[in-house]
Amino acid sequence: MILLSHEDWKARQGRFIALWTDARHAYALYEPGELVAVELVDNAYPALTHAGAGWFQRLAYDLNGHKAIGATDTRPAIEHSRDAEGRGPWPEFKTPEIEGVHQVAVGPIHAGIIEPGHFRFSVVGEKVLKLEARLGYTHKGTLGMIRGKSPRLAARFAARVSGDATVAHSIAYARAAEVALRLEVPGRAVYLRAVMAELERLANHTSDIGAIAGDAGFAFLDSRFALARERICAASAAAFGHRLMMDVVIPGGVAGDIGTGGAVAILDALDALEAELPSLKRVFEDYASLQDRVVGTGIVPPALAAAYAAGGYAGRASGQTHDARLLPGYPPYETFALYVPVERDGDVAARIRIRLAEIPESIRLIRDMLHSLPDTPIAIAPPTGSGGGLGVAESFRGPVWYWLRIEGGVIADVFIADPSTLHWPLLEHAAATAILADFPLINKSINGSYSGVDL
Amino acid sequence: MWKTVAKHLLSRAAEARTADPAVVQSLREKVGASKLGRSLAIRHVSAGSCNACELELRATQNLVHDLTQYGLSFTPSPRHADILLVTGVSGKNMREALLQARAAMPEPALVVAVGDCAVDGGVFKGSPAICGGAGGVLPVDLMIAGCPPSPERIVLGLLALVEANGAPARAAMPRREPR
Repeated sequence: MILLSHEDWKARQGRFIALWTDARHAYALYEPGELVAVELVDNAYPALTHAGAGWFQRLAYDLNGHKAIGATDTRPAIEHSRDAEGRGPWPEFKTPEIEGVHQVAVGPIHAGIIEPGHFRFSVVGEKVLKLEARLGYTHKGTLGMIRGKSPRLAARFAARVSGDATVAHSIAYARAAEVALRLEVPGRAVYLRAVMAELERLANHTSDIGAIAGDAGFAFLDSRFALARERICAASAAAFGHRLMMDVVIPGGVAGDIGTGGAVAILDALDALEAELPSLKRVFEDYASLQDRVVGTGIVPPALAAAYAAGGYAGRASGQTHDARLLPGYPPYETFALYVPVERDGDVAARIRIRLAEIPESIRLIRDMLHSLPDTPIAIAPPTGSGGGLGVAESFRGPVWYWLRIEGGVIADVFIADPSTLHWPLLEHAAATAILADFPLINKSINGSYSGVDL
Repeated sequence: MWKTVAKHLLSRAAEARTADPAVVQSLREKVGASKLGRSLAIRHVSAGSCNACELELRATQNLVHDLTQYGLSFTPSPRHADILLVTGVSGKNMREALLQARAAMPEPALVVAVGDCAVDGGVFKGSPAICGGAGGVLPVDLMIAGCPPSPERIVLGLLALVEANGAPARAAMPRREPR
């Protein structure tokens, strides 16, 4: 960590990832993992002008009461000012002053089986002029729950920050704890973690691609991809005892070895997916009615994606090459010559194509890793120590970062940066380039986590 | 040809799932019968989940678990719903919306809490940001525990509720394994 003066803090360039505060400092994280800090003066710090800093500064105020001096956006992030009965005032949603404009309110309860959040659209006819997302509905006090717990106990919360990325969150958290406690994780655990992370990527990519097609009225792809996900989840349960592999990754290693027959179950699920993928891909590419809905829809230009340091498929569909598995990089990926697909169109179709291209790569990685599992113990017990650390893991939607400070075997402070935090503003931009009816497709194609940002 | 026939014969799954009679009996005593039939519409509300329960809830609709074959379906509107299915902790920020969703449903209605968080707050129990599980906001008829509960468990739980609440089932059609 580098302590900066107020001037240097404000002038710092780079790809901004996250900002948070503790009792004495404000911290900012830049790719590929450079941590800088500035001292708080009267519970305040100078605001950063990076595009992605807004939500973090709002969150820091809601959580810790620390003000960002000079911030232009001071809307509450998770604080809804609700009374004991849960009632609270609606904020004012500003509408562009154009003739014929009206607002459409959606949520917090959505039509599908998804998380809660409120979207306020300003529309003229069908055209969306502006989208404002009001989040914070899934705020559970996760950061507060983690403080004061031992690293092993707190792993249960890291696994429940965003359920679809539970493995990636657990790995990032465990890696931060291992840096703080100077732990060397056994090779077998490193490989098993990566196998689980790639399985998680496959499960999410398949189910999301299907769901986007389903939203466009294309039920065939939805049910076939949902079946692929089901096979992966069943194989994950056979191998690791849990369909989503929750609580398997722990600080020091993994909680259990791969089960008997687990590797065979995984390889069978991969074979089934690999065999069907070309025909499903052909359906996606060949049906004009489906392509018509996704091509040119919800465009995120590369410059915008760069400004927000977008990761994962949301970034890679818009020309961003970053992948935490390569930069800063972490084991065992350096052994497997990872291929990362990149496109520049930035529309829903490009985000689907990126995910379709990542599927064979994850299949290859899992096969290679399962065939070269090191024969070591699977975990070592974390000592009762003190220290601080950063940890990163590439989830299916981008890099997940954890910052931990451990004192006497107990977590004294923590911050969690899910890539969704940088992707929600991209959704607001992308939605304002399309018509209202296309919003479900755009939303699903970026697929920000609500729980991951509401913390 | 024989190979294909044999494959189809072998791929035929067992009978459709049926609910555990003991669970049905205890539910019948607790919830009692209502005028709802066997074909129930479900309105799902996440009141503060981590989205794992939603993933498994969606999986109940896939080709393997196929919740729809039992006459259970998800509806976008609480006005059309017989069951309010709640996942996640009841976050303070979702309390009002959850109560409004329940108030918008026609009576009689059933409330099901799915997942450890909705059962009692799960790992988040005691957090100042939540009102506990679904029971902290609403009376709950059925709890389906698990973190997250598997799709099979969700299906079995809902089936038990249908059995306890409605008229006896007709013989179910045999199911085929998806190919």
